[in-house]
Amino acid sequence: MIQTDILIIGAGPVGLFTVFEAGLLKLKCHLVDSLGQPGGQLNEIYPKKPIYDIPGYPSILAGDLTENLLKQIEPFKPGFTLGERAEKLEKTDDNKFKLTTSRGTIIYAPVVAIAGGLGCFEPRKPPIENIDFYEDKGVDYVIKDPEKYRGKKVLVAGGGDSALDWSIILADIADEVALVHRRTSFRGALDSVEKVMDLAQKGKINLITNAQAVGLNGDSVLKEIVIEEEGKENYNYQVDHFIPLFGLAPKLGPIADWGLEIEDNAIKVNTLDYSTNIPGIYAIGDINTYPGKLKLILCGFHEGTLMIQSAFKHIYPDQKLSFKYTTVAGVNGFE
Amino acid sequence: MQDNIIQVTVVDREGIEHNLEAPTDMAMNMMEVCKSYELPVEGTCGGMALCASCHVYVLSDHELSEPSEDEENMLDQAFFVKSNSRLGCQIKITEVIDGLIVQLAPVNGE
Ligand SMILES: Cc1cc2nc3c(=O)[nH]c(=O)nc-3n(C[C@H](O)[C@H](O)[C@H](O)COP(=O)(O)OP(=O)(O)OC[C@H]3O[C@@H](n4cnc5c(N)ncnc54)[C@H](O)[C@@H]3O)c2cc1C
Ligand code: FES
Repeated sequence: MIQTDILIIGAGPVGLFTVFEAGLLKLKCHLVDSLGQPGGQLNEIYPKKPIYDIPGYPSILAGDLTENLLKQIEPFKPGFTLGERAEKLEKTDDNKFKLTTSRGTIIYAPVVAIAGGLGCFEPRKPPIENIDFYEDKGVDYVIKDPEKYRGKKVLVAGGGDSALDWSIILADIADEVALVHRRTSFRGALDSVEKVMDLAQKGKINLITNAQAVGLNGDSVLKEIVIEEEGKENYNYQVDHFIPLFGLAPKLGPIADWGLEIEDNAIKVNTLDYSTNIPGIYAIGDINTYPGKLKLILCGFHEGTLMIQSAFKHIYPDQKLSFKYTTVAGVNGFE
Repeated sequence: MQDNIIQVTVVDREGIEHNLEAPTDMAMNMMEVCKSYELPVEGTCGGMALCASCHVYVLSDHELSEPSEDEENMLDQAFFVKSNSRLGCQIKITEVIDGLIVQLAPVNGE
C-alpha cells in the first residue's frame, strides 16, 4: 500500500511538472502510468521530433524534454508505478481517495490529479466483428511469454518492428508462423526485414503480403482466420493464435467511469483551479476541457501550477500559504 | 473558382456529403479542413502522419502526389486500408485538388 499527498494519474509532461510545483509546497507525489516509461505522448508518439513552443527552448526534442523534467523533479523524489493502469477510484471514510491499479497496487491520497492526456495507450485492435470474443481464446495483442506458442500455428499481422521481430522469434518456437501485411515493403529495421525475407525463403515464415485478416472463425476457441489477399478470393487460414501488432493508440479508458463530468472524451474543469465536479479530484493537461482549451504542453504546465495551490488548501484548509519565487527560496528537495 | 478558394467534398461515416470550401493560401491540409468544419476527424498528432486518425478514401480520380514513406508506414497501423487510402493530413490544399471527393474511413470500435 502506498500513501502520498497527491496521486497523479499519468506521467506525461504535465503530470511530471506538477510534481515540481507540489514539491515547492512540500507536497509529495506518486505517479501512475499504464506505459512502461514516463513522458506520455512525448515518448510514445514523437520522442525524436523537435518541439518549438516550450518557453525558453528555441527547440527541444520531445524525449529530451522528458529527460529534463525528470531531472527537474528528482529533488522531490516522486514515486512511480509504471506499466499499470489506474482502474478503480473510490472515496474512503476519512475523505481520501483509494486507487486500485490493473495489477492490484493500492494508493491512498487526499488529492488526485488526473493528467491522463488522451487516455491510456492500448494496442490498436483490428475492427473484426467477433475479435473481442476470441481475446485470450486465440487472439493476443501482446506477447508475454513466447513459450505459449510452442508447437502452435500462429499468424502475426502488421508491418512494423514488433511484427517483424516477433515473427522471427516465433519462427523458432511455433510449429508454423505466418506474417500478414497490407503491402510488400516493411517499415521495420532493415536488419529485421532482411531476416524475415530470409526465413520466408527458407519456408520458416509464410509471408502473405498485399493482404489483411478480415474475419475470425472457430467455436469456443479460434480456429481459422479469413484472409483477404489481392487478386484472390477470400480464403481461410488454419491457426491456433492470431497476434495483431498495429502499435498503440490512446483511449480514455477507466477514467470515464469515475463519476466525473465528461465532454467529448475530456473532463470538464473549473478554470479557477482545474477542479472537477468531485472535490479533491483535479484534471490537468490534455485530459481536461474548458472554454478556450488548447492542448499544449505549456498550458498544461500552467494548469498544474494553479491546481497545486488549490490542492494545498484542500489538504490543509487551515494553513496559510505564502508564495515564494524559486529564486528566493531555492529548491529544497525531500530527504 | 473564387481566388484562393477550392471546393472539396467529404463523405462522412453516415454517408452524408459535405461540400466544403478550402483556402489554398493557408498551408492547410484535408484533416484540418475537416476539423474546421467540425467533421468527426481526430487529427491526434496534429498532421504529422503519426496517428492515422485522419484516414480517408479518395473517391475522385485526382492525381495526388505519391504517399511518402512516413505516410505508408502510418497506414500500416490503420485498418480498413484500401488502394485509395490516404492520410487526410498529407493531402495539401492546393488548386490541383479542386473538386476532390474523399470519404472518412471507419473508426475503430464504432
Ligand atoms: C505528434 C505530436 C506533436 C505535438 N507537438 C506539440 C508541440 O509542438 N507543442 C506542444 O505544446 N504540444 C505538442 N503536442 C501535444 C502534447 O504532446 C500534449 O499536449 C502533451 O503530451 C500533453 O501532456 P499530458 O501530460 O497532459 O498528457 P500525455 O502526454 O498524453 O500523458 C498522459 C499519460 O497518462 C497515461 N494514462 C492515461 N490514463 C491512464 C490510466 N487510467 N492509468 C494510467 N495511466 C494513464 C497515459 O499512458 C499517458 O502516458 C504534440 C502531440 C503530438 C502527438
Ligand atoms: S493527423 Fe495524425 S496522421 Fe494525420
